[in-house]
Amino acid sequence: MMLNGAEDEEKWLAEGIAGIQHNAFYMHRALDSNNLREALKYSAQMLSELRTSKLSPHKYYDLYMRAFDELRKLEIFFKDEGKHGVSVVDLYELVQHAGNILPRLYLLCTVGSVYIKSKEAPAKEVLKDLVEMCRGVQHPLRGLFLRSYLAQVSRDKLPDIGSEYEGDADTVMDAVEFVLQNFTEMNKLWVRMQHQGPGRLREKREKERNELRDLVGKNLHVLSQIEGVDLEMYKETVLPRVLEQVVNCKDDLSQYYLMDCIIQVFPDEYHLQTLETLLGACPQLQPTVDIKTVLSRLMDRLSNYAASSADVLPEFLQVEAFAKLSNAIGKVIEAQVDMPAVGAITLYVSLLTFTLRVHPDRLDYVDLVLGACVKKLSSIPKLDDSRATKQVVALLSAPLEKYNDIVTALTLSNYPRVMDHLDNGTNKVMAMVIIQSIMKNNTCISTVDKVEVLFELIKGLIKDTDGADVDELDEEDFKDEQNAVARLIHMLYNNEPEEMLKIICTVRKHTMAGGPKRLPFTVPSLVFSALRLIRQLQGQEGDIVGEEVPATPKKIFQLLNQIIEDLSNVPSPELALRLSLQCAEAANDCDLEHVAYEFFTQAFVLYEEEIADSKAQVTAIHLIIGTLQRMNVFGVENRDTLTHKATGYSARLLKKPDQCRAVYACSHLFWVDDQDGIKDGERVLLCLKRALRIANAAQQMANVARGSSGPVTLFVEILNKYLYFFEKGNQQITGAAIQGLIELINTEKQNDSATPDSASDAFLASTMRYIQFQRQKGGIMGEKFESIKL
Amino acid sequence: MVLVLAIGDLHIPHRAPDLPPKFKSMLVPGKIQHIICTGNLCVKEVHDYFKSLCPDLHVTRGEFDEDSRYPENKTLTIGQFKLGICHGHQVIPWGDLDSLAMLQRQLDVDILVTGHTHQFKAYKHEGGVVINPGSATGAYSSFTYDVNPSFVLMDIDGLRVVVYVYELIDGEVKVDKIDFKKTATTRSAQ
Repeated sequence: MMLNGAEDEEKWLAEGIAGIQHNAFYMHRALDSNNLREALKYSAQMLSELRTSKLSPHKYYDLYMRAFDELRKLEIFFKDEGKHGVSVVDLYELVQHAGNILPRLYLLCTVGSVYIKSKEAPAKEVLKDLVEMCRGVQHPLRGLFLRSYLAQVSRDKLPDIGSEYEGDADTVMDAVEFVLQNFTEMNKLWVRMQHQGPGRLREKREKERNELRDLVGKNLHVLSQIEGVDLEMYKETVLPRVLEQVVNCKDDLSQYYLMDCIIQVFPDEYHLQTLETLLGACPQLQPTVDIKTVLSRLMDRLSNYAASSADVLPEFLQVEAFAKLSNAIGKVIEAQVDMPAVGAITLYVSLLTFTLRVHPDRLDYVDLVLGACVKKLSSIPKLDDSRATKQVVALLSAPLEKYNDIVTALTLSNYPRVMDHLDNGTNKVMAMVIIQSIMKNNTCISTVDKVEVLFELIKGLIKDTDGADVDELDEEDFKDEQNAVARLIHMLYNNEPEEMLKIICTVRKHTMAGGPKRLPFTVPSLVFSALRLIRQLQGQEGDIVGEEVPATPKKIFQLLNQIIEDLSNVPSPELALRLSLQCAEAANDCDLEHVAYEFFTQAFVLYEEEIADSKAQVTAIHLIIGTLQRMNVFGVENRDTLTHKATGYSARLLKKPDQCRAVYACSHLFWVDDQDGIKDGERVLLCLKRALRIANAAQQMANVARGSSGPVTLFVEILNKYLYFFEKGNQQITGAAIQGLIELINTEKQNDSATPDSASDAFLASTMRYIQFQRQKGGIMGEKFESIKL
Repeated sequence: MVLVLAIGDLHIPHRAPDLPPKFKSMLVPGKIQHIICTGNLCVKEVHDYFKSLCPDLHVTRGEFDEDSRYPENKTLTIGQFKLGICHGHQVIPWGDLDSLAMLQRQLDVDILVTGHTHQFKAYKHEGGVVINPGSATGAYSSFTYDVNPSFVLMDIDGLRVVVYVYELIDGEVKVDKIDFKKTATTRSAQ
């Protein structure tokens, strides 16, 4: 059926074109022979082709354009009175004898154009007559094209100010009146198309109507181009009349198009000054009109206008643009009960964009917009439309992008309330956006209040929120989130120790709520933040009498103790151990022996009870030894207790080589190289000898297991340690002892029937080279090393 | 000319949020042939970032590193030089140059790159050169109160290595350089 229709249309169009060409041919002949009568006859016949009802708008346009071209030639002929001998006044009357109304009116408009040009009558009179006469054609399609023709030929002949057709007083009014009338009639015809034909073809009709819309819109464009239409006239006459037609036609297609047209075609300055009128029309439109898009586009235009120059900004304030737009939007949303969430939120996004561009300093406006959005979101049960969610994210991101300083966004009281309406997943995405904004701009958040607000915003990351599906959590994503929070903690800082301590306590409060999964990520940052504060306080003296107890290192160490305790309960013993040792060192620097001792105790407990993996134990014991070695705050008793423990655990590590290494590491606990440091040569040697025994035992075991000695690396390591203390002046280590050790190593090497271990060989070789080097140094060192006979 | 970046002890996110922006803008992909990282990154994100700068990345384990699979130490050859990497918390006393020299002898390398103390050092001894690139983020260190962010770029050319140290001091990047030559016959760097 459709295919047949299309084929038929092609046929009819072809017939129409043929008809036009046929009559045009004879018309041209008549023009050439100055035969007016014949010209009129054939032109009328030609124009009769436009009387067809069979063509769609698209095809009709084709036909119309051909006729249009021919009429131009006819117009030239009409103008040249010399050729046809009839005055334009008479011609105007003559063409009205054409049989059918449509050709008659096309001809009349054509002559009318010549008439106006001749200036034999005022433009306004001719135009008035023509626009009235065109009422004779009430068929929508034909009428639209006819009036479009009228608009085209009259375009340059309007009695505008400064035009050659300017009349006397009120001349612009006449021009405006003409265009307005043509526009009104065209719109009526256009709307009437909607009701033509059967209901099932509505979609087709709407499509056809859309093809014709620019014919109607052109009139508004013409109005905007009339010089004489100033703000006053626009306000008093043009806009009210246009809006009257828009509202009264009660057709949603027309209303949507024309509202948009008005906004696009007239200057932004005019819109600002007529905002109330323009917005006042909105609630009067059909409920099916997509008014939110119209309003969005209006706000976008006004935003761009504001951005174009700073001079225009006061105007916005003067007309109270924000209040008016805000009210209008509110009314529209209220009126259109069925508007989906995405629609309302898109409106708010446009309004927010407008506000940020035009009134960036008015945070109260920004907050109002967010508040209005919250109100709307509260009225819907759940936000599950992904497009709506996207819009909410856009809404929340806009202030962040505008105000690089997140602190500004934190002052918007409605911001967290908007976030609350996001689903968990999106809420977390938004939280990450906020954190990234802080990191990118290197923003420092420096008061407890702001920290609280910030943590409220990112609470989706900090803890499990109700209804969060924990199983769905992707491990990688979770890690990224927690690491982001960890990094964020370093951005929370205040120079003033009291405030900083409060911040630390606030952060602790929130991170504790995160539960065992999150603590290993967030606690380290918190701990180091606190350690930095302690360093800052170290310079400062005593307590301030009479005031609230100030932040002191002791207080902070207590806090740290508890924090690490919480961490170890996760359980996360290895991390807790490392942090305990860091705190011990810090306590050492603060000269707090008891506190440092407590942290070591904590570390040892963790080691004893929680760290079972042998590799982890090796690292842990080395960390303990390394830290202990640097302690200078301990009295003899405490130091001895801790040292004894360390050596004990070292000797009890699972594998012999590990035992050996840990034990010789312990030798350094008895020898600290600075001025007041302990230098107990005997106990150093005892350690080294113990290490040697373990190395021997390791060799024996290797013998038993593999039938040959293991690599002599351990011995070479111990040898190096002997040399170390020998150099440092440990009297207990003699050249002879070193000699003996070297001989032992060589013996072991010979016994090792397995393939020689190049690594331990090279190690021994470089050690021997070192000894040589020291001997050749001369002086005291050289002498010393001379005592090692090789 | 072979460029080797020596960098470590960033402690991201435990002690620092990120590399200083001025360092980030200097570290551009495609310019460096090898990266040697002493450890304590501490998270995968940093590893990936280094990988993006240069695919030949060598990392040793720091005590706070999230990934426990990094080796305790590593050796590699670049041109005429043998390099060794070790974070340094394993060598007691920490930061003690003689003890580090022992490790260097044990690993049998010309250049030992080590960290842990967050203090830049370039030290020549009988057995070779010890280089500590410091902390690239200037992270908190129990060793010293005064940590400036720093890293090292080594230009290895034949038997010569030029060590460029980049330090961020009061917001400005300061560069210093030290020359080391290795004699072909002996093993020691003179």
